Order: sequence, then structure tokens, then C-alpha cells
Amino acid sequence: MITTFVQAQIIVSPNASITSIQAGIDQAAAGDTVVVYAGTYQENNIEITKPLVLMGIDRPVIDGNNEGTILVIRADSITVQGFEFRNTGRSYIRDYAAILIDQASDFIVKENHLYNVFFGIYLAETDRGKVQNNRIESYDRREASSGNGIHLWYVRNPEIIGNRVEGMRDGIYLEFAENARIHGNISSKNNRYGLHYMFSNGGTYYDNTFRENGAGVAVMYSEDVDMKNNLFEHNWGPSSYGLLLKDMRQSNIEGNRFYKNTVAIYSESSTNIQIKRNQIEQNGWAVNIKSSSARNYFTENNFIENSFDVRTDSPRNNNLFEGNYWSNYEGYDLDRNGTGDVPYRPVSLFSVIIEKQPESLILMRSMFIRLLDTAERIMPVLTPKTLYDEQPKMHRIQ
Amino acid sequence: MIEIKELKKSFGSLEVLKGINLMIPKGQSTGIVGPNGAGKTTLIKTILGLVKPDSGSIQVNETVLNGNWQYRRNIGYMPQVARYPENMRVHELLEFIKGLRNQPAQYETELIEQLHLGPELQKELRTLSGGNRQKVGATLAMMFNPDILFFDEPTAGLDPKSSQKFKERVQTEKENGKTIIITSHIMSELEQLVDHVIFILDGNVRYYGSTKNLLAESNEERLEGAIASMMEMA
Amino acid sequence: MNSLLLHIAKNEWKSLLRGKWVVGYGLIFLLLTDSLLRFGGGGPEALLSLSNVMLLFIPLVGMIYGILYIYQSREFIELLLTQPIDRKVLFWGLFVGISTPLMLAFVIGSLLPLGWHGILIKGAAASAMVLGLGAVLTLIFVSLGFLFGLTFYDDRIKGFGFTIVVWLFLAILYDGLVLMLVFMFGHYPLERFVIAVSMLNPIDLARIMVMLEFDVSALMGYTGAVFNRFFGSNMGIIIASAMLTLWLAMPAWIGLRVFKKKDF
Repeated sequence: MITTFVQAQIIVSPNASITSIQAGIDQAAAGDTVVVYAGTYQENNIEITKPLVLMGIDRPVIDGNNEGTILVIRADSITVQGFEFRNTGRSYIRDYAAILIDQASDFIVKENHLYNVFFGIYLAETDRGKVQNNRIESYDRREASSGNGIHLWYVRNPEIIGNRVEGMRDGIYLEFAENARIHGNISSKNNRYGLHYMFSNGGTYYDNTFRENGAGVAVMYSEDVDMKNNLFEHNWGPSSYGLLLKDMRQSNIEGNRFYKNTVAIYSESSTNIQIKRNQIEQNGWAVNIKSSSARNYFTENNFIENSFDVRTDSPRNNNLFEGNYWSNYEGYDLDRNGTGDVPYRPVSLFSVIIEKQPESLILMRSMFIRLLDTAERIMPVLTPKTLYDEQPKMHRIQ
Repeated sequence: MIEIKELKKSFGSLEVLKGINLMIPKGQSTGIVGPNGAGKTTLIKTILGLVKPDSGSIQVNETVLNGNWQYRRNIGYMPQVARYPENMRVHELLEFIKGLRNQPAQYETELIEQLHLGPELQKELRTLSGGNRQKVGATLAMMFNPDILFFDEPTAGLDPKSSQKFKERVQTEKENGKTIIITSHIMSELEQLVDHVIFILDGNVRYYGSTKNLLAESNEERLEGAIASMMEMA
Repeated sequence: MNSLLLHIAKNEWKSLLRGKWVVGYGLIFLLLTDSLLRFGGGGPEALLSLSNVMLLFIPLVGMIYGILYIYQSREFIELLLTQPIDRKVLFWGLFVGISTPLMLAFVIGSLLPLGWHGILIKGAAASAMVLGLGAVLTLIFVSLGFLFGLTFYDDRIKGFGFTIVVWLFLAILYDGLVLMLVFMFGHYPLERFVIAVSMLNPIDLARIMVMLEFDVSALMGYTGAVFNRFFGSNMGIIIASAMLTLWLAMPAWIGLRVFKKKDF
């Protein structure tokens, strides 16, 4: 056949002449649209090696029969939309995925449903791709035998927008991803992290919800990451964090809400992070900051009814807390300028006691402990002398 | 009928009753006398069930006491010191005790009239004079028409007129065949009201008999002298 | 028997209501809860502050109230004992009669502001928990006060002194001792021990239940298996409630036994 510049449509349907998606793709020319009608297609390792649109009508199901990867994209400018992917293979050696995008750019993967998959959408060495409004659910409770929902590896400029990921190992995983835009996703009930950021500089993640993940969210070994208006909630457990920061530099955490996490923000070896205008509410610990962290700046945050405000492992403090609202503050404001007249010391004696003898946790909120805490706040002996907020706000910051 | 056998009671190391034996028949009016601390109040309290004996037995009418309470349906008791919940009104107290006993208060109106309690009925008990409180106590003791009546220093706070009224009332009860037991330090009063005397000393019954016999035996004109001479002998 | 019990209780209710100070006690909680909500941001922290006040003062007020009642009503109780009623009925009648108004004063006084500030709906479970615990603590400590009043019937100074000491011990010193023991025996496994010891103090029990409601996220940060099982499942709540029920029954039951045997 002679190639024309007119876009053609290839129809795949159980009732049409083409009944296999791979056959449809093979018959299409670059720039064509392969339209797949509802039905169940038992196929795996489908490969696309030319730019085209693969469009599902009424959500056709592609069932991988628990073998290998289902769909592989190996060319630029490919769109995959409107499918349901089921049953990838599982392996301890190979990362089988529902959709693998391998060394391609400018792709769009949107509005697909993925169930019972090992990895969900796997981006390897891609540029400028968009993963949007997909739904990924898988319920293998073992961390080792589950893969990540959206997996990015050596990726540039990806947009991960409006996806829902549930029950995977990590909801969204980034390793060497540059300028990632991760916006409006809901990542919950994953075995490990809702979002896992590794060696990925210059990204933004806004307006996401991370809920009930085994270990919360981890952002590590990266710089210039901008984290705004996300919701981190109900991440419970001895090693679970709303947000875990490790070896982070020059980043910004602003306008997020941390609600009922065991630890809202955990920071280790991180520097120059600005933590501003966040709502940190009813967590076990609002902030656990290791002494390896320095020059981090906490300001204008609302610390509301956390069991403990700040925990640290050293009497020295290299971070700055300034102008936050602390609901546990008991000071006064005689000059009525909205700022308390005495500094607030967010590290309580009790949190130091617990550090030494965890069993004393059972005494939380007892009168005796409150007396000890008050005495220590007036005359700090065991808590870091230089860790205080000199300008605690009297009212919540709106 | 009250029958007491070998009744003993100690409070700590203090022996208060040292083996009392008594038989008070129905219809008898009896005065219990003795110096302070002799054991009079303890004896009455034991019969009323306020104090539990260490040993011995008490029988009231047909009932042998063992922590039971039904026998008190036949008993009326007027305490020495009458104190009641302060903000309760007199008529409320009467209603409350009526509800508690669930017996017809057949002499209620009669007693109120006789003791001039009418004007006090709407008053709170804390505003009542000592005498009026005593009258309330007397009314509570007698209004259910019980067979056995205990009066502990009944006329102590009463003015002479009320005292007279009270005694008349007791006289009537006596004539109606009630068993009446009174403790009092006023011998002249006892003389008017009782025909038998129990003299208690150091937890023992030293004398029990009719006042007539006592006077005859001790060659005294008055009960006061008779008792005083007994105390001297002891 | 029940109607008699109610008859006695009703009489106490009437008399206490007229005494007005139970109403005053309720008003204190009303003002307290309202101002906590008004000036504290109107969130769940108000419930926490309320429970702090409650854990400290309800035991003291309850005990003083119980013992004071016995001391003030000696002659009246003695008069009632000469009436044809069972001591058991009289005891329960008086106990129900005087403890329920105090309990209701707390519950209603705190409930109303929680209601008009919308917390009852927003935090229904937490509100119910705090109010319920306050109610149970009231009953426990009124019955302890009763018991002390009956035990130190003739020596008021001793009775009041003992009450204050018991309060100081249970409300403050006890936890200090627990902390001391934890540090003294720090290298032994202590989880079971501290849970058991906390179960013996009703104030600690109530505090732990408050903690289970408000601090679960922190409790989950602890790595010990026993704590995790205790705090992480319903086990904590169930055991603590059972122990609290036992505490509810025990002083009252001992009080009844003392009352039945006592010489008045």
C-alpha cells in the first residue's frame, strides 16, 4: 500500500475482521487511530513502534493472563486511552507492567483502568509524556511481590496528573526524573510509599492526596522540589511518616495539610527547606527533625493539637522556627500584637523522656507529666535550649 | 414484747453491754435510767438494729433479730437529737417517711393538731426551733400507730406546755396498750409516764422491776431518790 | 424494693436541687466548656482541655461531695435506719440519689456548650467518650467518698485528710511512681507491667481512654508489640472499659458491705 497523509481508522472488535489489538496496530500506519471496541482481548506483549492513537471505546479489557508486560510503547507521540488492563505477569527479576513506555517521548496515557497488575504504568527513559486520569488498583499485600503504580526511571518532563493509585508497593515512584509535574493525584493504601522521590530534581507536586500508605511519602536525595497544597493523612505506624525528607536541599513545602499521621514531617540530613503555611493537625509528632538537618525554616505553620510538636535527637538545634501558631502554647500577649510575649519551646520534656524510655508513653497527658513539662519549659535543662519559636502566634494563621 | 438474752457489745476495747437479759412484756411502759455512758443508748440502738450485737439475742414480738428489718414496722422511734435535711419542709419529711414505710399514717393529723405543728408544716426544717424538731420527731414516731414506741430523752428541748401535751399523748398511747420505752434524766417525768424501771450501770442491768417495788424497797418517796441511792450503792 | 430505692433517691434529688450548689457545679462546667470552645479555636482541643480538667477535678469534687454528704446527714441516715427498710435499699437509694445529680450536672453542663458549638455532631464519638468518662469518674469517686465517710464516720478531720491524700496520690503521685519504676527497671521488658499498673488507677484508666481517642497516631509510633496490640486494636478500649466497670462496682460494693455491718 502507498502511504497517504490522511489519517486512517483501524477498527478492532471481537465482531470485526480484526479481532486482535496487535494485529490492528500492525496494520495501522504512522499517525493512524486504532479504535478498539468493548470486549476482552487475551493478549500480552503488545508492541507499538510507530506514532498512533490506540483508543478504547466502552473500555475494552486487555487481559495479560498473568504473563509478561501487556503493552509496550517504543515510539514517540503515541496515545493510549480508555482501556482496562488486567493481570500482568509477576516476577522477582523482571519489572512486568501493564503499560511500559520505553525510550519514547510526547506520549499520552489517559483514562485507563489497571487491575491486578505487577507494575502499573512504567516510564523508562522518556521525555515529555503525560499520564493522566488513570486508575490503578492492585491488592497484593506483600511489599516484595507488588510493584509500583506509576514508575518513572530516567525520565524528563513527565506530567502525572489526576491519577488514582491504590494497593501497590509505591503509588508513584520517581528515580532520576527531572522536572516532574505531579498534580492532583490520589495515592492511598499502598504497601510502602504513596509517593517516592529519588534523585529527582526540579519537580513540583501539587494538590495530591496521600492517604493510609504504609510509610507515607518519601522525598529523598533531590533538590528544588516544590511541594504545595497536598494532603497527607492517616499514615500510621512506627515507621510511617506524612512526609519523610532525607538528603533534600533547597526545597519548598507550602500550604499542605498533615492530618493524623504518626509523624507529620520527618527530616534527616536535609538542608535549606522552607516549610511554610502548612496545617499540621492532630498528628502524633508534628515534626521529627534529626540533628543532621540544618538551616530549615519553619514559619507561619499551624501546629494544632499534635500529641507532640517537635522531636529531635540532639540538644543542639540548627533550624529556625519562627512565627508559627502552636495550639499547645500557653503564653500571653500583653501588648496585643498577635504574637506571644514569651517564646514557645516545642520540644517537651516528655518527648525526651519517651526517647529514653518508650514505655513511659503510657503516661501521656497525665497531670504529673504536665507538671514536669511546665517546669522544663520555664527552666530548660534536658530539652534543646536554642530550639524555640520566639514569635509564636496567638491565633491560627488563616 | 421484747426479749433480750445475754446481749454483749463492745466498741473496740470498751465493753458497753456486758450480758444484758431483759424481758419487756407487751403493753408495759418502761423507763431506762442510768448514768451517762452506762449503755442506755447502745441498748436501744441494738434493739432498733442500728448497732449489731457481738453476741446474745434479741427478739421483738415473734422476730429474732439477724439484720432483718421487717420487725421495725411495729416500732416508732423518737431520737434524742433530731436533725433533718436542712432545706426539706416539714410536710415533705412526713410525706417522705410515709412513702418509706408504706403504712397508713392514721394519727398524722391528730398528732399535728395535738402538738401544734400545723403552722410549721410549710417551713424548712433548718428554720425550726429545737423544740419543734422534737415535735416532728414525736409525730414521726407515733403517726403510724406502731406497737412499740421508743423515746430517747423526749422532752429535753420542749417548753413546759408542749412537754405537757407530749406526756398526755404518751399517756393515751399507754392506755391503748402500747409497749413504751423511755430514756430520760428527768425522774419526775419518768415517774408520770412509766410503771417499770430498768437501771443500767456499766453495761449491766442493776435493777429491773416496777417503780412501786423500787420505791418500797429503797424506802424513798420519789423515783429520783431511789435511783440516786442505787447509784451511790454502786 | 426498686420503688423504695427510687423514693429515697428522689428525696435526695429534690433536696440537692434546692441546695443549688449542684446546679452551680453544672454551671461551672457550662462556662468552662463554653469558654474553652470560644477561645480555643472551637476544635477537638477543647474536648482535650475539658478532659484534662475533668481528670483532675471530678475525682476531688466527687470524693469531697460523697464524704461531706455522709458527715452532714449522719442523724438523718440514723433516723432512716430506724425505719422498716433494708439497709441495702437505703444505701443504694442514697448513693443513686446523691451521685446522679452531680453526674448529670457535669454531663449537662458540658453537653450544652458542646451542642451549641457544634462539636457534638463534628466529634460525636470523642464527645460521648469524654462525657461518659466524666460520668463514670463521678460515680466512682462519689462512692469512694461515701466509703471514706463510712470508714471515718466519727473522725471528720481524718476522713477529709485521707480523701485529699488519696486524691493527690491517684491524680498526681501515682504517675510519678510509675515513671520512676520505668526508669529504675528500664532494661527489662516493661510494657505489660506499665499497662497493668495503669489499670489499677481509675484516673489513669480514664486518661488512657482519652489518649486512645486523641493520640492514636502517636501511640502507633511506638514499636513494642504489646503496646501495639493494646492500643492498635479494640483490645485497649475493651480492657480499659472492663477495668473501669470493675472500679465502678468495687468501691460501691465495699461501701455497701461496710454500711450493712456498721454500728451507727
